[in-house]
Amino acid sequence: MELIAASRIVRAQQAIAAARPYVARIREVVAHLADSPEARNHPLFRVVDSPERVAIVFVTADRGLAGGYNANVIRTVERLVRDHRAAGREVQLVGLGRKGVNYFRFRRQPILFSLIGVSERPRYEDARQVVQSVIPAFEVGEVDQIELVFTQFLSLGSQAVNVRQLVPLVGEVDDQPAEPGHKTDYEFEPEPAEILDRLLPSWLEAEVLAAMLESAASEQAARQRAMKAATDNADELIKTYRRQMNRARQDAITTEIMEIVGGAEALRQAGLGDQDGSARETYQPIA
Amino acid sequence: MGTTHFELVSPSATLFSGQAEMIVCKAVDGEIAFLADHMPYIGALDPSAVRILGAEGSGVEEVRFAVHGGFVEVKDNQVIMLADVAEAPGQIDVAQAERDEQEASQRSGGPEPDKAAEIELKWAQARLDVARGA
Repeated sequence: MELIAASRIVRAQQAIAAARPYVARIREVVAHLADSPEARNHPLFRVVDSPERVAIVFVTADRGLAGGYNANVIRTVERLVRDHRAAGREVQLVGLGRKGVNYFRFRRQPILFSLIGVSERPRYEDARQVVQSVIPAFEVGEVDQIELVFTQFLSLGSQAVNVRQLVPLVGEVDDQPAEPGHKTDYEFEPEPAEILDRLLPSWLEAEVLAAMLESAASEQAARQRAMKAATDNADELIKTYRRQMNRARQDAITTEIMEIVGGAEALRQAGLGDQDGSARETYQPIA
Repeated sequence: MGTTHFELVSPSATLFSGQAEMIVCKAVDGEIAFLADHMPYIGALDPSAVRILGAEGSGVEEVRFAVHGGFVEVKDNQVIMLADVAEAPGQIDVAQAERDEQEASQRSGGPEPDKAAEIELKWAQARLDVARGA
Protein backbone atom coordinates (compact mmCIF):
# COMPACT_ATOMS: atom_id res chain seq x y z
CA MET A 1 0.00 0.00 0.00
CA GLU A 2 2.94 2.24 0.58
CA LEU A 3 4.02 1.74 -3.02
CA ILE A 4 0.49 2.18 -4.37
CA ALA A 5 0.19 5.47 -2.50
CA ALA A 6 3.59 6.56 -3.75
CA SER A 7 2.60 6.03 -7.38
CA ARG A 8 -0.70 7.81 -6.83
CA ILE A 9 1.04 10.86 -5.40
CA VAL A 10 2.75 11.35 -8.74
CA ARG A 11 -0.58 11.27 -10.52
CA ALA A 12 -2.15 13.62 -7.99
CA GLN A 13 0.73 16.06 -8.37
CA GLN A 14 0.34 15.96 -12.14
CA ALA A 15 -3.33 16.82 -11.75
CA ILE A 16 -2.42 19.81 -9.57
CA ALA A 17 0.13 20.97 -12.12
CA ALA A 18 -2.38 20.57 -14.98
CA ALA A 19 -5.03 22.63 -13.20
CA ARG A 20 -2.69 25.33 -11.93
CA PRO A 21 -2.57 27.53 -15.07
CA TYR A 22 -6.36 27.56 -15.31
CA VAL A 23 -6.80 28.47 -11.66
CA ALA A 24 -4.13 31.18 -11.87
CA ARG A 25 -5.63 32.67 -15.03
CA ILE A 26 -9.18 32.73 -13.77
CA ARG A 27 -7.97 34.41 -10.58
CA GLU A 28 -6.33 37.08 -12.72
CA VAL A 29 -9.46 37.73 -14.72
CA VAL A 30 -11.54 37.98 -11.56
CA ALA A 31 -8.98 40.34 -10.03
CA HIS A 32 -9.15 42.52 -13.14
CA LEU A 33 -12.91 42.68 -12.86
CA ALA A 34 -13.25 42.99 -9.11
CA ASP A 35 -12.93 46.75 -9.07
CA SER A 36 -15.80 47.38 -11.41
CA PRO A 37 -19.04 48.67 -9.84
CA GLU A 38 -20.90 45.71 -11.31
CA ALA A 39 -18.68 43.37 -9.34
CA ARG A 40 -19.25 45.28 -6.14
CA ASN A 41 -22.98 44.88 -6.56
CA HIS A 42 -22.87 41.24 -7.47
CA PRO A 43 -24.63 38.89 -5.03
CA LEU A 44 -21.47 36.88 -4.50
CA PHE A 45 -19.76 39.97 -3.13
CA ARG A 46 -22.60 40.64 -0.72
CA VAL A 47 -21.15 41.12 2.74
CA VAL A 48 -23.29 40.65 5.80
CA ASP A 49 -21.98 42.69 8.72
CA SER A 50 -22.70 40.06 11.32
CA PRO A 51 -23.05 36.73 9.56
CA GLU A 52 -25.54 34.47 11.26
CA ARG A 53 -25.44 31.40 9.09
CA VAL A 54 -22.20 29.82 8.00
CA ALA A 55 -21.59 26.88 5.71
CA ILE A 56 -18.35 24.96 6.01
CA VAL A 57 -17.14 22.97 3.03
CA PHE A 58 -14.56 20.40 4.07
CA VAL A 59 -12.47 17.90 2.11
CA THR A 60 -11.58 14.51 3.61
CA ALA A 61 -10.72 11.11 2.15
CA ASP A 62 -13.07 8.28 1.27
CA ARG A 63 -10.76 5.76 2.87
CA GLY A 64 -8.78 5.62 6.05
CA LEU A 65 -5.30 4.26 6.68
CA ALA A 66 -3.90 7.69 6.04
CA GLY A 67 -2.51 8.53 9.43
CA GLY A 68 -3.84 11.77 10.82
CA TYR A 69 -5.05 13.12 7.48
CA ASN A 70 -8.79 12.79 8.10
CA ALA A 71 -8.53 13.45 11.82
CA ASN A 72 -6.73 16.74 11.25
CA VAL A 73 -9.42 18.06 8.93
CA ILE A 74 -12.21 16.81 11.19
CA ARG A 75 -10.61 18.42 14.23
CA THR A 76 -10.29 21.75 12.42
CA VAL A 77 -13.91 21.61 11.29
CA GLU A 78 -15.07 20.77 14.81
CA ARG A 79 -13.15 23.71 16.19
CA LEU A 80 -14.69 26.05 13.61
CA VAL A 81 -18.16 24.72 14.33
CA ARG A 82 -17.64 25.21 18.07
CA ASP A 83 -16.37 28.76 17.58
CA HIS A 84 -19.22 29.72 15.29
CA ARG A 85 -21.82 28.26 17.61
CA ALA A 86 -20.25 30.02 20.59
CA ALA A 87 -20.64 33.27 18.64
CA GLY A 88 -24.31 32.46 18.05
CA ARG A 89 -23.96 31.46 14.43
CA GLU A 90 -25.80 28.64 12.80
CA VAL A 91 -23.54 26.15 11.04
CA GLN A 92 -24.20 23.80 8.15
CA LEU A 93 -21.71 21.42 6.65
CA VAL A 94 -20.88 20.47 3.11
CA GLY A 95 -18.87 17.28 3.25
CA LEU A 96 -16.53 15.77 0.70
CA GLY A 97 -15.12 12.33 1.38
CA ARG A 98 -16.74 9.41 3.16
CA LYS A 99 -14.66 9.63 6.32
CA GLY A 100 -15.61 13.18 7.23
CA VAL A 101 -19.21 12.83 6.10
CA ASN A 102 -19.74 9.69 8.19
CA TYR A 103 -18.10 11.27 11.20
CA PHE A 104 -20.36 14.29 11.21
CA ARG A 105 -23.46 12.39 10.15
CA PHE A 106 -22.98 9.98 13.04
CA ARG A 107 -22.82 12.98 15.38
CA ARG A 108 -26.03 14.33 13.89
CA GLN A 109 -24.53 17.51 12.50
CA PRO A 110 -26.56 19.24 9.79
CA ILE A 111 -25.11 18.23 6.45
CA LEU A 112 -26.30 20.38 3.57
CA PHE A 113 -24.64 18.38 0.83
CA SER A 114 -22.20 15.52 0.66
CA LEU A 115 -20.07 14.05 -2.07
CA ILE A 116 -18.52 10.62 -1.69
CA GLY A 117 -16.32 8.49 -3.90
CA VAL A 118 -14.21 11.11 -5.63
CA SER A 119 -11.58 12.01 -3.04
CA GLU A 120 -8.74 10.27 -4.86
CA ARG A 121 -9.48 11.57 -8.34
CA PRO A 122 -11.50 14.75 -8.16
CA ARG A 123 -12.75 16.06 -11.49
CA TYR A 124 -14.00 19.45 -12.52
CA GLU A 125 -17.59 18.23 -12.60
CA ASP A 126 -17.28 17.23 -8.95
CA ALA A 127 -16.14 20.71 -7.97
CA ARG A 128 -19.00 22.15 -9.99
CA GLN A 129 -21.50 19.98 -8.13
CA VAL A 130 -20.16 21.20 -4.79
CA VAL A 131 -20.29 24.86 -5.79
CA GLN A 132 -23.77 24.54 -7.20
CA SER A 133 -24.95 22.93 -3.98
CA VAL A 134 -23.99 25.91 -1.80
CA ILE A 135 -23.93 29.03 -3.96
CA PRO A 136 -27.70 29.29 -4.45
CA ALA A 137 -28.16 29.21 -0.66
CA PHE A 138 -25.73 32.10 -0.39
CA GLU A 139 -27.35 34.08 -3.17
CA VAL A 140 -30.78 33.92 -1.60
CA GLY A 141 -29.40 34.72 1.83
CA GLU A 142 -29.87 31.36 3.52
CA VAL A 143 -26.15 31.31 4.15
CA ASP A 144 -24.10 34.44 4.89
CA GLN A 145 -20.63 33.04 4.64
CA ILE A 146 -18.96 29.96 3.19
CA GLU A 147 -15.69 28.58 4.45
CA LEU A 148 -13.50 25.97 2.85
CA VAL A 149 -11.36 23.53 4.85
CA PHE A 150 -8.86 21.44 2.93
CA THR A 151 -5.35 20.05 3.21
CA GLN A 152 -2.73 21.97 1.34
CA PHE A 153 -0.01 19.93 -0.31
CA LEU A 154 3.18 21.81 0.51
CA SER A 155 5.58 18.99 -0.27
CA LEU A 156 5.82 15.23 0.03
CA GLY A 157 6.82 15.59 3.65
CA SER A 158 4.53 18.42 4.64
CA GLN A 159 0.81 19.04 4.31
CA ALA A 160 -1.19 21.54 6.30
CA VAL A 161 -4.88 21.98 6.98
CA ASN A 162 -6.00 25.26 5.50
CA VAL A 163 -9.12 27.32 6.20
CA ARG A 164 -10.29 29.91 3.67
CA GLN A 165 -13.31 32.04 3.25
CA LEU A 166 -14.84 31.22 -0.10
CA VAL A 167 -17.63 33.82 -0.19
CA PRO A 168 -18.26 36.67 0.21
CA LEU A 169 -15.37 37.28 -2.10
CA VAL A 170 -14.26 40.65 -0.79
CA GLY A 171 -11.18 39.91 1.30
CA GLU A 172 -10.05 37.47 -1.32
CA VAL A 173 -9.87 39.89 -4.16
CA ASP A 174 -8.40 42.72 -2.13
CA ASP A 175 -5.44 40.47 -1.48
CA GLN A 176 -4.54 40.56 -5.13
CA PRO A 177 -1.60 42.84 -5.86
CA ALA A 178 -3.01 46.13 -7.00
CA GLU A 179 -1.61 47.58 -10.17
CA PRO A 180 -1.69 51.32 -9.65
CA GLY A 181 -2.51 53.40 -12.70
CA HIS A 182 -3.13 50.25 -14.64
CA LYS A 183 -6.84 50.21 -14.86
CA THR A 184 -7.94 48.61 -18.07
CA ASP A 185 -11.18 49.51 -19.74
CA TYR A 186 -12.51 46.30 -21.13
CA GLU A 187 -15.02 45.80 -23.83
CA PHE A 188 -17.55 43.29 -22.53
CA GLU A 189 -19.56 40.75 -24.37
CA PRO A 190 -22.17 40.24 -23.02
CA GLU A 191 -22.74 42.90 -20.33
CA PRO A 192 -20.35 42.93 -17.34
CA ALA A 193 -23.09 41.80 -14.96
CA GLU A 194 -23.82 38.79 -17.12
CA ILE A 195 -20.13 37.96 -17.50
CA LEU A 196 -19.77 38.06 -13.73
CA ASP A 197 -22.77 35.78 -13.33
CA ARG A 198 -20.91 33.20 -15.36
CA LEU A 199 -17.36 33.98 -14.33
CA LEU A 200 -17.68 34.03 -10.54
CA PRO A 201 -19.20 30.56 -10.21
CA SER A 202 -16.55 29.24 -12.61
CA TRP A 203 -13.91 30.83 -10.47
CA LEU A 204 -15.31 29.27 -7.30
CA GLU A 205 -15.41 25.93 -9.10
CA ALA A 206 -11.75 26.36 -9.98
CA GLU A 207 -10.92 27.21 -6.36
CA VAL A 208 -12.83 24.21 -5.03
CA LEU A 209 -11.23 21.97 -7.65
CA ALA A 210 -7.78 23.24 -6.64
CA ALA A 211 -8.60 22.51 -2.99
CA MET A 212 -9.82 19.01 -3.89
CA LEU A 213 -6.69 18.28 -5.92
CA GLU A 214 -4.40 19.54 -3.16
CA SER A 215 -6.30 17.39 -0.70
CA ALA A 216 -6.07 14.33 -2.95
CA ALA A 217 -2.29 14.66 -3.16
CA SER A 218 -2.09 15.24 0.59
CA GLU A 219 -4.22 12.17 1.20
CA GLN A 220 -1.86 9.97 -0.78
CA ALA A 221 1.21 11.49 0.88
CA ALA A 222 -0.31 10.94 4.32
CA ARG A 223 -1.25 7.38 3.37
CA GLN A 224 2.21 6.64 2.07
CA ARG A 225 3.75 7.89 5.28
CA ALA A 226 1.28 5.97 7.44
CA MET A 227 1.84 2.79 5.47
CA LYS A 228 5.60 3.19 5.60
CA ALA A 229 5.40 3.54 9.37
CA ALA A 230 3.12 0.49 9.50
CA THR A 231 5.51 -1.56 7.34
CA ASP A 232 8.53 -0.53 9.40
CA ASN A 233 6.66 -1.31 12.57
CA ALA A 234 5.55 -4.71 11.32
CA ASP A 235 9.13 -5.53 10.29
CA GLU A 236 10.29 -4.65 13.78
CA LEU A 237 7.56 -6.78 15.35
CA ILE A 238 8.41 -9.74 13.13
CA LYS A 239 12.04 -9.47 14.18
CA THR A 240 11.15 -9.36 17.86
CA TYR A 241 8.68 -12.22 17.64
CA ARG A 242 11.06 -14.38 15.65
CA ARG A 243 13.70 -13.90 18.33
CA GLN A 244 11.21 -14.77 21.03
CA MET A 245 10.06 -17.83 19.16
CA ASN A 246 13.61 -19.05 18.59
CA ARG A 247 14.45 -18.51 22.22
CA ALA A 248 11.38 -20.49 23.32
CA ARG A 249 12.21 -23.29 20.89
CA GLN A 250 15.81 -23.38 22.10
CA ASP A 251 14.59 -23.50 25.69
CA ALA A 252 12.28 -26.39 24.94
CA ILE A 253 15.02 -28.36 23.18
CA THR A 254 17.50 -27.71 25.96
CA THR A 255 14.98 -28.78 28.57
CA GLU A 256 14.18 -31.93 26.64
CA ILE A 257 17.86 -32.86 26.27
CA MET A 258 18.46 -32.17 29.93
CA GLU A 259 15.56 -34.46 30.81
CA ILE A 260 16.80 -37.24 28.57
CA VAL A 261 20.38 -36.97 29.75
CA GLY A 262 19.22 -36.74 33.37
CA GLY A 263 16.91 -39.71 32.89
CA ALA A 264 19.62 -41.77 31.20
CA GLU A 265 22.04 -40.94 33.96
CA ALA A 266 19.55 -41.92 36.63
CA LEU A 267 18.82 -45.22 34.89
CA ARG A 268 22.49 -45.94 34.35
CA GLN A 269 23.17 -45.41 38.01
CA ALA A 270 20.21 -47.53 38.93
CA GLY A 271 21.31 -50.11 36.29
CA LEU A 272 22.94 -52.22 39.05
CA GLY A 273 26.48 -51.82 37.74
CA ASP A 274 25.56 -53.17 34.38
CA GLN A 275 28.73 -52.69 32.34
CA ASP A 276 27.98 -54.40 29.06
CA GLY A 277 25.99 -51.57 27.56
CA SER A 278 22.67 -53.44 27.36
CA ALA A 279 21.01 -50.75 29.42
CA ARG A 280 21.96 -48.10 26.87
CA GLU A 281 20.36 -50.08 24.11
CA THR A 282 17.14 -50.24 26.05
CA TYR A 283 16.98 -46.49 26.51
CA GLN A 284 17.80 -45.62 22.97
CA PRO A 285 14.26 -45.54 21.52
CA ILE A 286 13.30 -42.89 24.03
CA ALA A 287 15.94 -40.51 22.74
CA MET B 1 1.36 41.02 -39.62
CA GLY B 2 2.09 40.91 -35.93
CA THR B 3 1.34 38.05 -33.68
CA THR B 4 -0.34 37.80 -30.36
CA HIS B 5 0.25 35.48 -27.44
CA PHE B 6 -2.52 32.93 -27.13
CA GLU B 7 -3.19 30.55 -24.31
CA LEU B 8 -5.96 27.97 -24.07
CA VAL B 9 -6.27 26.46 -20.61
CA SER B 10 -8.81 24.12 -19.09
CA PRO B 11 -8.91 22.70 -15.55
CA SER B 12 -7.28 19.51 -16.79
CA ALA B 13 -4.64 20.81 -19.19
CA THR B 14 -2.97 23.66 -21.02
CA LEU B 15 -3.95 22.92 -24.61
CA PHE B 16 -2.19 25.73 -26.36
CA SER B 17 0.37 28.32 -25.42
CA GLY B 18 2.26 30.32 -28.02
CA GLN B 19 2.25 33.06 -30.64
CA ALA B 20 -0.45 33.16 -33.29
CA GLU B 21 -1.62 35.55 -36.00
CA MET B 22 -5.33 35.26 -35.46
CA ILE B 23 -7.71 33.57 -33.08
CA VAL B 24 -11.33 33.04 -34.06
CA CYS B 25 -13.88 31.98 -31.50
CA LYS B 26 -17.57 32.26 -30.79
CA ALA B 27 -18.70 34.54 -28.00
CA VAL B 28 -22.29 34.38 -26.81
CA ASP B 29 -23.22 37.28 -29.08
CA GLY B 30 -21.50 35.99 -32.20
CA GLU B 31 -18.22 35.07 -33.76
CA ILE B 32 -15.22 37.22 -32.94
CA ALA B 33 -11.63 37.24 -34.20
CA PHE B 34 -8.57 38.60 -32.43
CA LEU B 35 -5.57 39.96 -34.25
CA ALA B 36 -2.43 41.41 -32.72
CA ASP B 37 -3.00 44.32 -30.31
CA HIS B 38 -6.71 43.84 -30.00
CA MET B 39 -8.34 46.16 -27.48
CA PRO B 40 -9.00 44.85 -23.96
CA TYR B 41 -11.95 42.50 -24.07
CA ILE B 42 -13.70 40.03 -21.82
CA GLY B 43 -16.24 37.68 -23.29
CA ALA B 44 -18.15 34.54 -22.45
CA LEU B 45 -17.86 31.67 -24.90
CA ASP B 46 -20.46 29.49 -26.51
CA PRO B 47 -19.74 25.81 -27.13
CA SER B 48 -17.90 26.08 -30.42
CA ALA B 49 -14.75 25.41 -32.38
CA VAL B 50 -11.82 27.73 -31.72
CA ARG B 51 -9.54 28.33 -34.69
CA ILE B 52 -5.97 29.46 -34.30
CA LEU B 53 -4.49 30.78 -37.53
CA GLY B 54 -0.80 31.08 -38.22
CA ALA B 55 0.23 29.45 -34.97
CA GLU B 56 3.98 29.74 -34.75
CA GLY B 57 5.86 26.47 -34.88
CA SER B 58 2.79 24.41 -35.63
CA GLY B 59 3.66 24.02 -39.33
CA VAL B 60 -0.02 24.12 -40.29
CA GLU B 61 -2.24 26.96 -41.32
CA GLU B 62 -4.89 26.39 -38.74
CA VAL B 63 -5.10 24.64 -35.37
CA ARG B 64 -8.53 23.82 -33.96
CA PHE B 65 -9.96 22.98 -30.59
CA ALA B 66 -13.48 22.32 -29.38
CA VAL B 67 -14.43 24.34 -26.30
CA HIS B 68 -17.50 23.65 -24.24
CA GLY B 69 -17.77 27.10 -22.74
CA GLY B 70 -15.75 29.54 -20.71
CA PHE B 71 -14.21 32.96 -21.07
CA VAL B 72 -11.76 34.86 -23.13
CA GLU B 73 -9.75 37.80 -21.85
CA VAL B 74 -7.71 40.04 -24.13
CA LYS B 75 -5.19 42.42 -22.65
CA ASP B 76 -1.69 43.65 -23.47
CA ASN B 77 -1.55 41.69 -26.71
CA GLN B 78 -2.39 38.49 -24.88
CA VAL B 79 -5.43 36.34 -25.50
CA ILE B 80 -6.24 34.05 -22.62
CA MET B 81 -8.98 31.53 -23.10
CA LEU B 82 -10.40 29.74 -20.07
CA ALA B 83 -12.43 26.74 -21.10
CA ASP B 84 -14.32 24.58 -18.65
CA VAL B 85 -13.85 21.68 -21.07
CA ALA B 86 -11.68 21.73 -24.19
CA GLU B 87 -10.68 18.96 -26.57
CA ALA B 88 -8.02 18.73 -29.25
CA PRO B 89 -8.94 16.96 -32.54
CA GLY B 90 -7.12 13.80 -31.48
CA GLN B 91 -9.04 13.56 -28.20
CA ILE B 92 -12.49 13.68 -29.71
CA ASP B 93 -14.55 10.52 -29.83
CA VAL B 94 -16.36 11.08 -33.14
CA ALA B 95 -18.84 8.22 -32.74
CA GLN B 96 -19.79 9.46 -29.30
CA ALA B 97 -20.15 13.04 -30.57
CA GLU B 98 -22.44 11.81 -33.36
CA ARG B 99 -24.63 9.98 -30.89
CA ASP B 100 -24.71 13.05 -28.64
CA GLU B 101 -25.65 15.23 -31.60
CA GLN B 102 -28.59 13.03 -32.56
CA GLU B 103 -29.80 12.66 -29.04
CA ALA B 104 -29.51 16.38 -28.28
CA SER B 105 -31.15 17.48 -31.53
CA GLN B 106 -34.13 15.27 -30.76
CA ARG B 107 -34.50 16.77 -27.32
CA SER B 108 -34.03 20.36 -28.44
CA GLY B 109 -36.49 19.89 -31.28
CA GLY B 110 -39.42 19.65 -28.86
CA PRO B 111 -42.01 22.38 -28.41
CA GLU B 112 -40.52 23.49 -25.07
CA PRO B 113 -37.19 25.28 -25.42
CA ASP B 114 -34.61 23.08 -23.72
CA LYS B 115 -31.52 25.12 -22.95
CA ALA B 116 -29.41 22.22 -21.72
CA ALA B 117 -30.13 20.26 -24.90
CA GLU B 118 -29.23 23.26 -27.04
CA ILE B 119 -25.88 23.59 -25.30
CA GLU B 120 -25.27 19.87 -25.69
CA LEU B 121 -26.14 20.07 -29.36
CA LYS B 122 -23.72 22.95 -29.91
CA TRP B 123 -21.02 21.09 -28.01
CA ALA B 124 -21.53 17.94 -30.10
CA GLN B 125 -21.44 19.99 -33.30
CA ALA B 126 -18.31 21.84 -32.19
CA ARG B 127 -16.57 18.53 -31.53
CA LEU B 128 -17.61 17.16 -34.90
CA ASP B 129 -16.46 20.33 -36.67
CA VAL B 130 -13.07 20.12 -35.03
CA ALA B 131 -12.64 16.39 -35.54
CA ARG B 132 -13.63 16.51 -39.22
CA GLY B 133 -11.93 19.75 -40.10
CA ALA B 134 -8.54 18.63 -38.90
